[in-house]
Amino acid sequence: MHTLLASKWTKGALFLLCLGPLASIIWPFVRHYTIPDPLQFIQHGTGDWTLRFLVCALTVTPLRQLLRLPELIRFRRMLGLFAFFYACLHFTTYLVFDKLFDVHEIWKDVYKRPFITVGFLAFTLLIPLAITSTTGWIRRLGGRRWRILHRAIYLSAVCGVIHYYWLVKSAVIRPLFYAALVALLLAWRLGQWFLRRRRTALAGAGPQRAPVNASQ
Amino acid sequence: MLLRKPTDLTYADVTPKSVYLDRRKFLRGIGIAGLAALAGQRLLELAIPSQSVHAGTKLTSIKGPFSTDEKINSFNDVTHYNNFYEFGVDKDQPAKNSQKFVTSPWTVSVSGEVKKARKFSMEEILKLAPLEERIYRLRCVEGWSIVVPWIGFSLSTLVNLVEPTPKARFVAFESYYDPGQMPLGKYAGIELPYVEGLRLDEAMNPLTLLCVGMYGETLPNQDGAPVRLVVPWKYGFKSIKSLVKIRFVKDQPPTTWNLYSSQEYGFYSNVNPQVDHPRWSQARERRLPEFFKTHKTLMLNGYGEQVASLYAGMDLRKNY
Ligand code: HEM
Repeated sequence: MHTLLASKWTKGALFLLCLGPLASIIWPFVRHYTIPDPLQFIQHGTGDWTLRFLVCALTVTPLRQLLRLPELIRFRRMLGLFAFFYACLHFTTYLVFDKLFDVHEIWKDVYKRPFITVGFLAFTLLIPLAITSTTGWIRRLGGRRWRILHRAIYLSAVCGVIHYYWLVKSAVIRPLFYAALVALLLAWRLGQWFLRRRRTALAGAGPQRAPVNASQ
Repeated sequence: MLLRKPTDLTYADVTPKSVYLDRRKFLRGIGIAGLAALAGQRLLELAIPSQSVHAGTKLTSIKGPFSTDEKINSFNDVTHYNNFYEFGVDKDQPAKNSQKFVTSPWTVSVSGEVKKARKFSMEEILKLAPLEERIYRLRCVEGWSIVVPWIGFSLSTLVNLVEPTPKARFVAFESYYDPGQMPLGKYAGIELPYVEGLRLDEAMNPLTLLCVGMYGETLPNQDGAPVRLVVPWKYGFKSIKSLVKIRFVKDQPPTTWNLYSSQEYGFYSNVNPQVDHPRWSQARERRLPEFFKTHKTLMLNGYGEQVASLYAGMDLRKNY
């Protein structure tokens, strides 16, 4: 298992797998299947997959620890970048087909429609994360600051879920399902944080107190 | 029309039904899964339309008034892009999940403030008046529109038969709901059975269609079989499907989407480019199956000449 995960082929295979959803969105057009509402088809396909990739990226750390497979970290960046990739397609669909490049109208939407506001926030938050995803940027920022910055993905996922919840007309089951997933993944992190705090607190109960904020 | 093979899909040359049915029998015989695995893409392509078997019966009709000469949508679009939450909330679900819906025998009961309350069987409804084909635009509150050749007659014909009393000011409509046949209804998020309503003068307007068919045939299940309303100057959700009850009442009746969220969906719900839905601008629409949202939405969906007078002196921003 460990060698399989460490293999460079695995990464290539995952990359291709992540392109699968894109293919499934393009394929019906190539095949000339009748798609009654192409805009909605693309908008919903790309929106769904943005959210799914965000969830996948957030699952890496818990899985690493639960399964004791630290190698999984190799795939986290790719999953996050694919979330950003699908978000770009999602936003482009809106920009081009829905708003016909009318920037003024987009601002009006962002200002006026809460579901667009949070969607926009979710997307905007991903931009600095995508830019600073390179090894060079990790070095430049330093591991600690980089990790703090990249916690923005938590907020992005939360906003993504709210966006979804607000945009459905009445069928809230699927948005609630994603809300539960994201809540679970974030709760897990919170749990870990508490455990670490307790541990450092206990360790620091001796004569030399450890600094409280050593809970990275 | 970027998206389809260059066939002129007017409804007259939709694949003949016999071909569909044969194909379906054939698929059943071998088993869809095995077949797809055997011969891949070409046969898959056959398997996908096989879901759209439409057991419609031909209806003869005369050309009715008010028809638009805009290009009508393909039968396939209109039968595979449906908001019919009783059969699932995704637009492709009703086509799949409504195939076994039993629509015969069917009766529509008419009651309330009328002199002649009674029940109509479907057979009676079909004989109430000569059937007319009317090609109407249908604008959905979600920002898309289609053009459909409906078949039916003015609802006013039926209203006149039952003779509303002077107390009747509104008409309440109710859809059929059977959780047994519509198991996805409980996930719809809206209260069912679906209810709608019109003011009596709106119901009497000749544009308001009691609709029993489309594209030359009886209604497919996913489009509201066997009888529905079509109110073309209002957002699509006012055009209630699979109608079973009509009640004449004194006060404005409750309506499903208004019950769900009254700031978003008003009782009137007239198509109005100047009054936005909180989540969607209503200024433009996309005429399916086009990609771009380029069509300017028309006041009262372009039917102002027939119905604007109904709202004279009313503030349509308040009465949205
Ligand atoms: C990380 C960012 C985002 C995520 C995770 C996300 C996710 C989603 C999801 C899951 C859907 C619904 C798909 C479905 O119903 O199957 C959706 C729809 C939509 N999103 Fe996003 N989205 C994001 C950003 C944005 C942005 C930036 C915009 C525009 C400014 C936007 C505009 C829309 C629109 C217009 C719809 C369709 C609404 C409708 O059908 O009425 N989204 N999005």
